[in-house]
Amino acid sequence: MPSATHTSASHTRHRLSSALRELLPPAALLCDAEEMRPYECDGLSAYRELPLLVALPDTIDQIRAVLAVCREYGVPVVARGAGTGLSGGALPNADGVLLSLARFNRILEIDEHNRTARVQPGVRNLAISQAAAPLGLYYAPDPSSQIACSIGGNVAENAGGVHCLKYGLTVHNIQALTFLTIEGDLISVGGAALDAPGYDLLALMTGSEGMLGIIVEIVVKLLPRPERAQVVLAAFNDIAKAGAAVAAIIGAGIVPAGLEMMDGLALRAAEEFVHAGYPTDAAAILLCELDGINEEVSERILQVRDVLNRCGATAIRTARDENEHALLWAGRKAAFPAVGRLAPDYYCMDGTIPRGRLPEVLEKIEKMSGRFGLAVANVFHAGDGNLHPLILYDANRPEELELAERFGGEILELCVAVGGTITGEHGVGIEKIDQMCVQFPAPALEQFHALKRAFDPCGLLNPGKAVPTLHRCAEFGAMHVHGGRLPFPELERF
Amino acid sequence: MAAGFHFPNWSVSEAMSSIPHDTPAPGGAHDNSGELQELVRVAMHSGAPLWITGGGSKGFYGRPVSGTPLTTSTHRGIVAYDPSELVLTVRAGTPLREVEAVLADQDQMLAFEPPHFGESATIGGAIATGLSGPRRPYAGAARDFVLGVKLITGQAEIVAFGGRVMKNVAGYDVSRLVTGALGTLGVLLEVSLKVLPRPPVDLTLVQHRRTAEAIEVMNIWARRSLPLSGCWYDGDRLYVRLSGAESAVRAAHDKIGGEIPANAQEIWLALREQRLSFFSGPLPLWRVAVAPASAALEVPGKWLIDWGGAQRWLKTDADAETVRRSAAEHGGHATLFRGSDLSGAVFHPLAPALFALHRRVKNAMDPRNIFNPGRMYPDL
Repeated sequence: MPSATHTSASHTRHRLSSALRELLPPAALLCDAEEMRPYECDGLSAYRELPLLVALPDTIDQIRAVLAVCREYGVPVVARGAGTGLSGGALPNADGVLLSLARFNRILEIDEHNRTARVQPGVRNLAISQAAAPLGLYYAPDPSSQIACSIGGNVAENAGGVHCLKYGLTVHNIQALTFLTIEGDLISVGGAALDAPGYDLLALMTGSEGMLGIIVEIVVKLLPRPERAQVVLAAFNDIAKAGAAVAAIIGAGIVPAGLEMMDGLALRAAEEFVHAGYPTDAAAILLCELDGINEEVSERILQVRDVLNRCGATAIRTARDENEHALLWAGRKAAFPAVGRLAPDYYCMDGTIPRGRLPEVLEKIEKMSGRFGLAVANVFHAGDGNLHPLILYDANRPEELELAERFGGEILELCVAVGGTITGEHGVGIEKIDQMCVQFPAPALEQFHALKRAFDPCGLLNPGKAVPTLHRCAEFGAMHVHGGRLPFPELERF
Repeated sequence: MAAGFHFPNWSVSEAMSSIPHDTPAPGGAHDNSGELQELVRVAMHSGAPLWITGGGSKGFYGRPVSGTPLTTSTHRGIVAYDPSELVLTVRAGTPLREVEAVLADQDQMLAFEPPHFGESATIGGAIATGLSGPRRPYAGAARDFVLGVKLITGQAEIVAFGGRVMKNVAGYDVSRLVTGALGTLGVLLEVSLKVLPRPPVDLTLVQHRRTAEAIEVMNIWARRSLPLSGCWYDGDRLYVRLSGAESAVRAAHDKIGGEIPANAQEIWLALREQRLSFFSGPLPLWRVAVAPASAALEVPGKWLIDWGGAQRWLKTDADAETVRRSAAEHGGHATLFRGSDLSGAVFHPLAPALFALHRRVKNAMDPRNIFNPGRMYPDL
């Protein structure tokens, strides 16, 4: 029996599709449920929703036309890049249009002398470095999904990767953005110089999860490929010692290009999967990459080995050649799918904590794992304190997904409690929206909403993501009372 | 902690909370946030604008403000600093030289090399102006090192944004938005910054070059794997600074060559602080930011090229229109950095749609328009 909402949804779909059909080529509009199925979720597949329509424009004018129609009908718009996001940021709105930017896939210009690339948002992250490689240049941020993820999505989520300890996140590596406002104004921020007049809207847009505008062009910075990069692997019989070694390396004045940790469960899964040569009897391993000019790398490797030895590493190995280097990293990059083979499903978390709290937080996660009865593997950017606990579960078992989500929620709240954050690089999306209430008090959330309204007064861009309403927080707070204190006491309770 | 390693880990916030608010501690730590918040509350109700300052060292920068003075210079002290975290949290009014001394004790630094422009410079002023020194093209700008801020908002509430960790994408990036906003979006109370280890070795080299050649070579070096930390040109001499492990610096020296000047440290300091003779004299000083590999700009006057070509200083009596047009032709913008009359347009005009968005952002942060109105642009 069709419900009232269902009827009104098909009515809206009909009116919307008629309006859009006049503005878009036939291939740029999907209305059929089966055609839209690939767009029902992003990399966080536990959340699925079919949109009213999927639009696949390939010109800025077409995007503007879609936005105009959505504005006219008061219909939400969710922008989507490659759909690899891990927080449900591109989850469609059932009453809205899913705007795919996949056809904006051209590298428009590489400026060798000024070391920049001007690209469209649908260009894959890795494709930029590949295009710049003949010039000896590359784009530094390298999320694990870099083969597939799009640069537009990277900007929307302020994506990181294994090398952001030294080279920064997306926000540090882009120089200009062009975006359409919901009202159809084409606005450029940043520029060819290293800074721009006025407010730093480039930073504000980065990581804004498609809530402020539709990005149509990006200028990224390109860096010279380091002369040499070498990775050192250290094994530890105690994960706390590995955590302390991370702080010791940084404390010794060394900023490695990457400093990654894998715990026993993760490293054994990775070893089984790609045969990287990891010591399978270790409780944890560290991968420490040094890069720079040849002589410097040699000097730093000796220093790092010395620190690792003093921190109680049971084995230390330096990659002898390109092949071994690639293999050691292959194990790390394949860690998520490798862990994925241990259980039918896994849930990847993304909290960041001060590095010094690593041993304590890992121990607490271990205890939670026992309490929830769900195994957890730890693979993470240790140098940045950015944790990726992978909670193993089986979605086919009743209530196990909910259990995994509760476990994940507690991990994020632990991260906030030790002075960290609920998301280091994956974004809030729909996934961590309740934990935003734990991290931010009402005045901060109100400020975020005010900024959102400055860009999108009608709230049509990706509504319901990234920043919770105060009412949502009040409802969530009713479930999570910390130390007897009710958050948001000023709000009415439901 | 592993045996053999010990890092000082001090958090002075507890110690300071026991100090009465009205007596500055001997070391200079003092929490004045309550009084500052009260001033903002009063201004919010009356609608009378506030003229926010730190130590006053960068008061010359931007357009003049008329309003009730509010100084953050009494709100000072280091809140937390753990060298192995590479994070420093500090109150806005803390003198910049004090911050730098505390970091230097641990062989660390503010990698964006902020200019002081006076003894009284505060960290709050460095962040509010967003200015960066010679290391900027190679290490990053002030905004790149800001991890979090605590502000008094336009609603007179004290709110923290961002955090004290390296990676954080929760919520909009208000911390970077207020960096360089010249106090027009909120009163900066506290800032958390990423700090970096000081490179063990610095080496400065000098080469004699013609202008076109100097610009070209700066940009060729930037495309190679070299430990650059500064590169500027005075019209005859090209100065390049290398920083890093001794072996790296030595190898880079062999690759690029040049003479080693006697007073290297003073040269970079004089550049950063605008104490070179270039900066003196009555003509207005323009900051021209362009794509780094841009050829020499046509505007007549004296030029000094910094940031590997990306920041160019110009002493000229040419009119603003000429300077701005030339900067824009090279993908950049021009700021009237120092001049006798800064009541007109100091910063490069924004496109109408972009300016309209600025006004909406300003209104979202400061709905009563009480924070430094007009300091950046008239009507903002």
